[in-house]
Amino acid sequence: MNMPRMLSAMASAAAMLLAAPASAQAPVKIGFIAELSGPQAVLGQDQYDGFMLLVERNGGKLGGVPVQVLKEDSQLKPEVAVQLVAKLIEKERVSIISGVTFSNVMMAIHKPVTDAKVFLVGSLAGPSPIAGAQCSPYQFITSFQLDAAAEAHGRYANERGFKKVFLLGANYQAGKDFLGGFKRTFKGQVADEVYTAMNAPDFSAELTQVAAAKPDAVFAFYPGALGINFVRQYNQAGLMKTTPLLTQGAVDGSTLPALKEAALGAYNGAPWGPDIDNPSNKKFVEEFERKYNRIPTLFAAQSYDAAQLIDSALAKTKGNVDNKDALRAALKAADFASVRGKFKFANNQFPIQDYFIQQVATDAKGRVNLKTVATPLKDFTDDYAAKCAMK
Amino acid sequence: MSLSFLFVQLLNGVQFGMLLFLLSAGLTLVLGIMNFVNLMHGSLYMVGAYAAVAAFEKTSSFVAAGAIAVSATVLVGLVVERLVLRRLYRREHLAQVLATLGMIMIFNELVRFVWGASAQSMDVPAAFSQPILLLGLPYPSYRFVVIGVGALVGIGLYILIHRTRLGILIRAAAADPAMTANMGVNVRLLNSTVIGLGAALAALAGLMAAPLSSVQSGMGEPILIMTLVVIVTGGIGSVRGAFFGALIVGVIDTLGRTLLPTLLRELLDRSLAQAIGPAISSMLIYLVMAAVLVVRPQGLFPVKHG
Amino acid sequence: MRRTIASFGPREWCACALLSALALVPVWAQAIGEPYYLSLVTRIMVLALAAVGLNLVLGYGGMVSLGHALYLGVGAYAVGILSSHGISSGWVHLAAALVVGSAVAAAVGAVILRTSGMAFIMITLAFAQMAYFVVVGLKAYGGEDGLQIDSRSDFGVLQLSSAPVFYYVVLCCLLAVLWGLSRLVHSRFGMVLQGARINERRMAAMGVPCFRYRLVAYVLSAQIAVLSGVLMANLTKFASPSYMQWTLSGELIVMVVLGGMGTLAGPVVGAAVLLVLEEILSSVKLPLPGGLDTVINNHWLAVIGAFIVVVTLTMERGLFGSLRSGRRSA
Repeated sequence: MNMPRMLSAMASAAAMLLAAPASAQAPVKIGFIAELSGPQAVLGQDQYDGFMLLVERNGGKLGGVPVQVLKEDSQLKPEVAVQLVAKLIEKERVSIISGVTFSNVMMAIHKPVTDAKVFLVGSLAGPSPIAGAQCSPYQFITSFQLDAAAEAHGRYANERGFKKVFLLGANYQAGKDFLGGFKRTFKGQVADEVYTAMNAPDFSAELTQVAAAKPDAVFAFYPGALGINFVRQYNQAGLMKTTPLLTQGAVDGSTLPALKEAALGAYNGAPWGPDIDNPSNKKFVEEFERKYNRIPTLFAAQSYDAAQLIDSALAKTKGNVDNKDALRAALKAADFASVRGKFKFANNQFPIQDYFIQQVATDAKGRVNLKTVATPLKDFTDDYAAKCAMK
Repeated sequence: MSLSFLFVQLLNGVQFGMLLFLLSAGLTLVLGIMNFVNLMHGSLYMVGAYAAVAAFEKTSSFVAAGAIAVSATVLVGLVVERLVLRRLYRREHLAQVLATLGMIMIFNELVRFVWGASAQSMDVPAAFSQPILLLGLPYPSYRFVVIGVGALVGIGLYILIHRTRLGILIRAAAADPAMTANMGVNVRLLNSTVIGLGAALAALAGLMAAPLSSVQSGMGEPILIMTLVVIVTGGIGSVRGAFFGALIVGVIDTLGRTLLPTLLRELLDRSLAQAIGPAISSMLIYLVMAAVLVVRPQGLFPVKHG
Repeated sequence: MRRTIASFGPREWCACALLSALALVPVWAQAIGEPYYLSLVTRIMVLALAAVGLNLVLGYGGMVSLGHALYLGVGAYAVGILSSHGISSGWVHLAAALVVGSAVAAAVGAVILRTSGMAFIMITLAFAQMAYFVVVGLKAYGGEDGLQIDSRSDFGVLQLSSAPVFYYVVLCCLLAVLWGLSRLVHSRFGMVLQGARINERRMAAMGVPCFRYRLVAYVLSAQIAVLSGVLMANLTKFASPSYMQWTLSGELIVMVVLGGMGTLAGPVVGAAVLLVLEEILSSVKLPLPGGLDTVINNHWLAVIGAFIVVVTLTMERGLFGSLRSGRRSA
């Protein structure tokens, strides 16, 4: 079997080809691990595009030093992700790993990465264990802890005076956490709490239950494709006209192109919106739309912020990634112009930020887009920060 | 739990069952007549859905989109049959499983290559976009279309199988393929016809499903599993089995999802009910299938073999 | 009839070469300073072990089990659950996994082995799906997110935390199982099993209780898969419901059939070829015309699919099985 020899030959050839453009300074290697295949590839692709927007604008540099971004596809399989992380760390010797779309992948890799003293700058998944007891100095998250968005929805529901809300969610950890977060802040009555199977394409049964219960509003957690199906069927059942729909992950930049007018009127919660008024965001949205011909999503924005974070840190350390303490301090300082306006890290190295409620509406250019309608949480630190031992 | 609520849920189950029937009918014929495990059936459903979306975008007519989608998928099905599937008829089931698994991978990547990773969508035809009030509850009118189409196809298949010459050939081949070939029937043509018919039905299912759920790479696999459950429960090779099996699976799954959690909450502690409720409802159809298979391995409405 | 080196055919030589290469990987990885390949090949061997176990029922027994990933999950979660309660002894992990796995396999087998053909395939799938849903619902043990394992199983003198040590432990398990199976399939038990696959009616007519033999084979095969699961949990330090998905069962079947069903080393070859191909395709960076390498990088699953189709159509006995064997009689 000549596989090992062939492998080694190919690896050497590949290494030679990669090193071909000789540069004065060896580039800083950054691993980018995300879902890049299958139905969830939309999310990973957004993260990658958002990240690379900054890298390519700077001519392949972050913080003034050339960087090499190595893209890997975790295929939504935690065991594959562990393998890829091993490859990035042991073979490619990356100093930073960014991306990470799903929480089960994050749970599998966060310890191997931080144990190897490689910095993990996650821009999407933010499961509660890593915000709490399992926080690490090598781990920075530029997205948000999921429960916080749920609490924003809860507050908004109170503000709107909803007395009876029907809860729906997908039957997995994030779904349960999310609905739990809503119940913590919502002061009214829960009409019912229903969990549906992860892959269920048809919500007719559940929507009939909603119609029968006649709630003031519906709160649903269905990310991605599940969300598209749900919102579409919600609309077809005529409920969009009668019962306000608060959702998370169902109506955002990645699903609106598919839903189009069917989503008009639904609400979403996020720490960022395309219409936030600050120079950094305006520049980001305009450049992104020009380059990729689509409206940027929350995932792209958070990943862009991750790139900006790394950019600011590398500028501070002048490209030095070997002094881990200096790099960590530089990352923690978060000294960059976030698209969210202000940006600061809490003790668990998750962001302290505002959370907005947005409604799907047609924007100035006539496209179906998100419009910020309320800011229920300001400068909010997630509930798990207290469980993190770091200061 | 009012009676009208129960009735509407029943209707939901029937509608889901009809969608499953469209898919199961084609696959059960392929499996029964040609003894061919065509796991690619889910991919044909996906191709049908994508073709429907693309055609609808160009023509804005649901009927035209349907015609184009069905023809395109039948074409794809026949081409694949000629190039790949034909060589597998004589092979054992495992080889068929493997090759069709490989085809699934190819098709999933192909649609991603052509249409990208984002989900596609199609609107419900304008005539049916408004909900109608059924016993006090709003019900999407489009779902009646699905039930209607399913029923029509069911009647159409019944007529085809029991009243036409092709039907006689199909029934003969399902009961005893070797003898049928010996009687001078052009088995090759029959096989292609069955595959084509299966592809057409799968495409129709894809067309019906496109306005309801998102069209994306990999959408065939979850529904393929349910289709296999229907076929095995109903009886391989039997269209009647596919029809009743699909209805049973659809209704049990739907009612299970809605009634079981409520039932469990009455009987058990709330948090426990919430923990195991969804798990059991997901498992329900598998439990039913397993029970049927143990008691009556040939299915509920098996083809009578001569 | 004693086999001598002189009677080795291409098949035997290939097997020898493969096993020697496997033995030398840690040395080679150390030499070129790439510890990553160590973990890659360890993963290949762990999955190959599961495939070898599946081969017992699939290749020799003729039973198409689409639910073997269930037992991988049992092994992985045994390690995960016990670890989360503070029990880190490897022997306890292994014992618990095997006991639970055998019990489940015996119970499941007693039910499913009454069916055959398509019904059997579907019912194995059903049980695997049911187990998957149960595990996803276990919030206390991570549910869909999976369960982290802090450290590898403690086997006392064997320090599994060292990558080369772990590698050789896995290799020894693989070799031990292969040796055990080779004795088994050439024994009376193996003859009955294969006979039942070829013509069950004849065997029954001879008074052989096929059901019992099949059940034993099924349980044995499950135990091997459980062992693989224990090793997998140790390798990734993670237990996830995704280990129990039917798609993984499908991958195992692909490995077995691709390699060669009726052979012992076939599944190992199948696993190695499939996983190495995956690795190469997803990271190929040769400057191919028309940006083809990026297309392959992004759509490597299609290339693998095409590979599977081609091999299935052209090599009826799989990659390894198509090699000529030096043995003069079966």
